[in-house]
Amino acid sequence: MQGSDRGKDHVDGLPLAAFRPIRSNAAMNNTPILEVRDLRKHYPKVKAVDGVDFSVPTGICFGLLGPNGAGKTTTIEMMEGITRPSSGEILYKGEPMGPRFKNEVGIQFQSTALQDFLTVRENLKFFSNLYPKNMSVDELIEICSLESYLDRDARKLSGGQRQRMLLAIALVNDPEIVFLDEPTTGLDPQARLNFWELINRIKSRNKTVLLTTHYMEEAYNLCDQIAIMDHGKIIAQGSPNELLAQHFQDVIIELPASDFPVTAHSIPHRRLEKVTPTIEISTQDVNATVAELLQAGASLAGLQVRPRTLEDLFLELTGKELRQ
Amino acid sequence: MNLRRIGAVIYARSLEFIRDRSALSWSFVMPIVMVVGLAFIFSGDGQPLFKVGVIADQPPTETKADPNPNRNLHPFLNTKHIDFYTVPANEQAAAIKKVGRHQVDMLMDLRPEQMHYWVNTESPKGYFMELLLKSSDGSKLSQEIVKGEQIRYVDWVIPGILGMNMMFSCLWGVGYVIVRYRKNGYLKRLNATPLTATEFLLGQIVSRMVLVVAVSVLVFTITNLFMHFVMEGNYLDLLVVLIIGTFTLITMGLLVASRVRSEELSDGLLNLLTWPMMLLSGVWFSMEGTNPIMQTLSQLSPLTHTLTAARAIMLDGASLLQVAPHLLILVAMSVVFLAIGAFGFRWTTD
Repeated sequence: MQGSDRGKDHVDGLPLAAFRPIRSNAAMNNTPILEVRDLRKHYPKVKAVDGVDFSVPTGICFGLLGPNGAGKTTTIEMMEGITRPSSGEILYKGEPMGPRFKNEVGIQFQSTALQDFLTVRENLKFFSNLYPKNMSVDELIEICSLESYLDRDARKLSGGQRQRMLLAIALVNDPEIVFLDEPTTGLDPQARLNFWELINRIKSRNKTVLLTTHYMEEAYNLCDQIAIMDHGKIIAQGSPNELLAQHFQDVIIELPASDFPVTAHSIPHRRLEKVTPTIEISTQDVNATVAELLQAGASLAGLQVRPRTLEDLFLELTGKELRQ
Repeated sequence: MNLRRIGAVIYARSLEFIRDRSALSWSFVMPIVMVVGLAFIFSGDGQPLFKVGVIADQPPTETKADPNPNRNLHPFLNTKHIDFYTVPANEQAAAIKKVGRHQVDMLMDLRPEQMHYWVNTESPKGYFMELLLKSSDGSKLSQEIVKGEQIRYVDWVIPGILGMNMMFSCLWGVGYVIVRYRKNGYLKRLNATPLTATEFLLGQIVSRMVLVVAVSVLVFTITNLFMHFVMEGNYLDLLVVLIIGTFTLITMGLLVASRVRSEELSDGLLNLLTWPMMLLSGVWFSMEGTNPIMQTLSQLSPLTHTLTAARAIMLDGASLLQVAPHLLILVAMSVVFLAIGAFGFRWTTD
């Protein structure tokens, strides 16, 4: 949604101001909370993760992005201690992951089933009992806004309510790092915005968040740092704005294809078959390009100027072919 | 090992079972309906033949072609519509007990120096057998009267029905449920917590044991109120057999669940185990007199040992010491199943 000037301030028509990342002081801590060195996971016919290196500083939101099958989930599951790596090293607070690791992390998987017939409160209580240290149930209820359906059977929750409950379960042990694997997939815009707010609440408590997502505006708005993966390797890493500055110096002018006259075809452009066919012009000099368009007789009524987005970067780095 | 975590698993699993009304009511209703149904079906004269045991010197072997090889020993043995079966001399005491319980209508000892017959004078069938014997030609036999309470089919079959219910509840309630947890990702979620495999498995075992034992005790108590089962032994001994048998069946379920990834495969494997166990463990009929290979195979089933021990206590008044060999076999089976199941346990489908 940061695909237009308006999109920088709004997500699906709702204001974004509340969801800007909170850069905590802990981000200044020099010892990364997690560090991955030459991590590999090879299956008989596929190298799912093929030599990945990166580190996650304490207190930030770190985004792991990539198309389907890029190796994100395998990487995150190795970092969670769920999948055993073929080779490589994962350090937690500078040391190999030991027994305390499970006590200090919270995990929300892409999809998780729970025991049938248990209410939200009973699920929270059950998972709380599995850890030596707990966040109080009242605190969890407040952070994740669970008040209105605490005593409802967990199977009867809506998508957004369920994700909030699963986030609360991931927080029961007051973890130092929270893994969130595509937590907003399938949620409606309101539920997604609500979830972003929850993630910001977690960050404000000096927790580290490791997030995977398919939504580029989500990564842009929540993540302090991102790593883009493809074919099992990291292909770009840094803060969203740094990466955009590294890869793009231009901005994009968009106008409806019907407003783009034949006489303007000499201006380098590409046609996008959106709902309304759109012409996209990349330029480093907006004024000059607009002047050229006016000279060619183009109507500027539907014109929009937007900066480059993470989605542009993602497509540029990973290509446009459909992934399985 | 953390008791708080084990307790959490037990509590959550028990809540799940108790709130699953359909499964819970099935656990209660099914055995009660079967007991009542069978009692009704066998309340009349269910056995078309009279049954007479024959002890003979060097008894000839019964064959399919000649099921009554003793017929030349006494003219009575040529009477039609009576099932004469050979009793080895060393099983005489057990056979006399059966006469007392109306399970056998008469026992004859036709060895030359013996020439007795045992009959329960309170048994209508025994009365007719005695009349027929007296009216037949041949050597006269001396009468020995046996007293005893009649063992109805329902008395004999109640451990079988409860055992079958236990078997289904343990194998499906543990084996199938764990495979479902693995397939839907719940085990993966638990693996992300400090809960260990041993703690999780112990939680499952204890939760299921408490529920199965409680259901079995309740069903037995309720049906006993109106069926008045024969109970020669001690109820506490019977409870011990129930607990050990349940434990063995649960560990068998864990063995199936330890690695299987799909519900379909677990369903097939559980059927593969339960059907032969139901047929070969003496749930519905005694394995006595069946093919020796079948009898040997039946010894591989934990249900056989559970039912044999339970019936020995209920019908013969056996003590725990007397059924100890069966209990030891059950414990040994449990250790093997649990060791393999725990060692091979996988949290995920990968």
